[in-house]
Amino acid sequence: MEFAYYPGCSLEYTAKPYDQSTREVFKALGIGLREVEDWNCCGATMYMSINKLVAYSVSARNLAIAQNMGCDICAPCSSCYTILRKTNQYVQWDPHARDKINEALSAAKLSYEGQVKVRHPLDILINDVGLNAIVAKTRYRLDGLRVAPYYGCQIVRPQAEFDDPDDPQTMDKLLAALGAEIVPYPDKVRCCGGMLMTTYEEVAQNLNHDLLRSAEENGAEVIATLCPLCQMNLESYQPKINKRFNTHHHMPVVFFTQLLGLALGVEPAKLGLDSLLVRLTNPKLKAKAAEVAV
Amino acid sequence: MPKPFEPVPKREAELRAAFWDQVRSFPDGQKIKECLQCGTCTGTCPVSYTMDITPRETVALFRAGLIEEILHSRTIWICASCYSCTVRCPVGIRVTDTLYALKRLAMSKKIYPDNYPVHALSKAFIANLYKYGRNFELGLGATYLLKTAPLKAISSAGFGMAMMSRGRMSLIPHSIKKVNEVRAIIDRANQLEGV
Repeated sequence: MEFAYYPGCSLEYTAKPYDQSTREVFKALGIGLREVEDWNCCGATMYMSINKLVAYSVSARNLAIAQNMGCDICAPCSSCYTILRKTNQYVQWDPHARDKINEALSAAKLSYEGQVKVRHPLDILINDVGLNAIVAKTRYRLDGLRVAPYYGCQIVRPQAEFDDPDDPQTMDKLLAALGAEIVPYPDKVRCCGGMLMTTYEEVAQNLNHDLLRSAEENGAEVIATLCPLCQMNLESYQPKINKRFNTHHHMPVVFFTQLLGLALGVEPAKLGLDSLLVRLTNPKLKAKAAEVAV
Repeated sequence: MPKPFEPVPKREAELRAAFWDQVRSFPDGQKIKECLQCGTCTGTCPVSYTMDITPRETVALFRAGLIEEILHSRTIWICASCYSCTVRCPVGIRVTDTLYALKRLAMSKKIYPDNYPVHALSKAFIANLYKYGRNFELGLGATYLLKTAPLKAISSAGFGMAMMSRGRMSLIPHSIKKVNEVRAIIDRANQLEGV
């Protein structure tokens, strides 16, 4: 099993732990990841607001390269995942659009026919590898770790390919199989505000405050995410939110691949656990992490 | 005898035509005509409480021939693109994509000033992409803040430092190898738009 790996810009820096842990987890499970050669930014939601053809053409360059590599794409970032999938849908839906995109791509001597599938690591882990095979390779259990699984928006919407848009279960099942205790988290698909944290900060703070409070009230000691922007919003704005709402949020927000990596026996440093702004403090987990490090 | 309908004012007619061009270009774009005005979009939207015109009202205003009012609202820029409305609309209207169409329309018709937050952010983002082929987060944040709220740059420095200390922010942008390919694609697509 091999995929063309499309990390996306966030995973190079702000979400580096997501990149590190995804690579480690896939290595431990024996799934090949070959980076899309010299990939470019997917355009995110920004180009979509300005010029649609440019947005799709820029995104299609990555798909064209993956097509030449002969692999389907594995894209961990929710935004990249949605944009690449939308590009696919657009290329397949409208022959006129496909021609135009290909004309733009021809400026770089590339072409794209719309056949590369875009997959999320969670989808690959659950549906291609399977829970049993994953559990069989674990070395430690996450017993007693109380996790709020947070999916955010763009993985299950607008096209719910591998999970339910209102009550997704894949991450719940995966972490529960590793021994974690999944707390009820009714806000699991409620938006974190995404880029609103930059443009309308107060609105985004309200959303993140609600998400943090709901996780706390349900007894979570960590929030597990699968999106770089969700992770950054939820984690790094806690000081500002605390100041504004007079609260005491101190909630670790990890990528689900970091928890999976721990269970698979990967060293915590290789999973980027040291790079979190709010560290995981569960004593049992700490002991386990130390054990792994030895 | 009933009076004939008054013709739509020229400006409105132009904007409407441009809007239909935009919505025709994505799957199910025309379903907006079937809107029931049920308000599910507004009810499910996590930020509708802070919009001046709710998602349901945008369709109502459009039908009433007041598209310019929609383009002047902050609604289209508050949308965080979470797609809740899209998956829950009983008719199957792609509300989020429709709002993107309105965003593109408002941008191309220069309804808002250049330092309007969302425009400034989009432009900084796209300039980065053209220059480096990838997004340079620190540069993006700095350009954006200097354009819109220089004082905020100071209060955001703490965040930048914290991220940098964890190796999660870079001071130096780096370019992809074939950035010329990306530029050539963008230039060509810009020429083709609307062809």
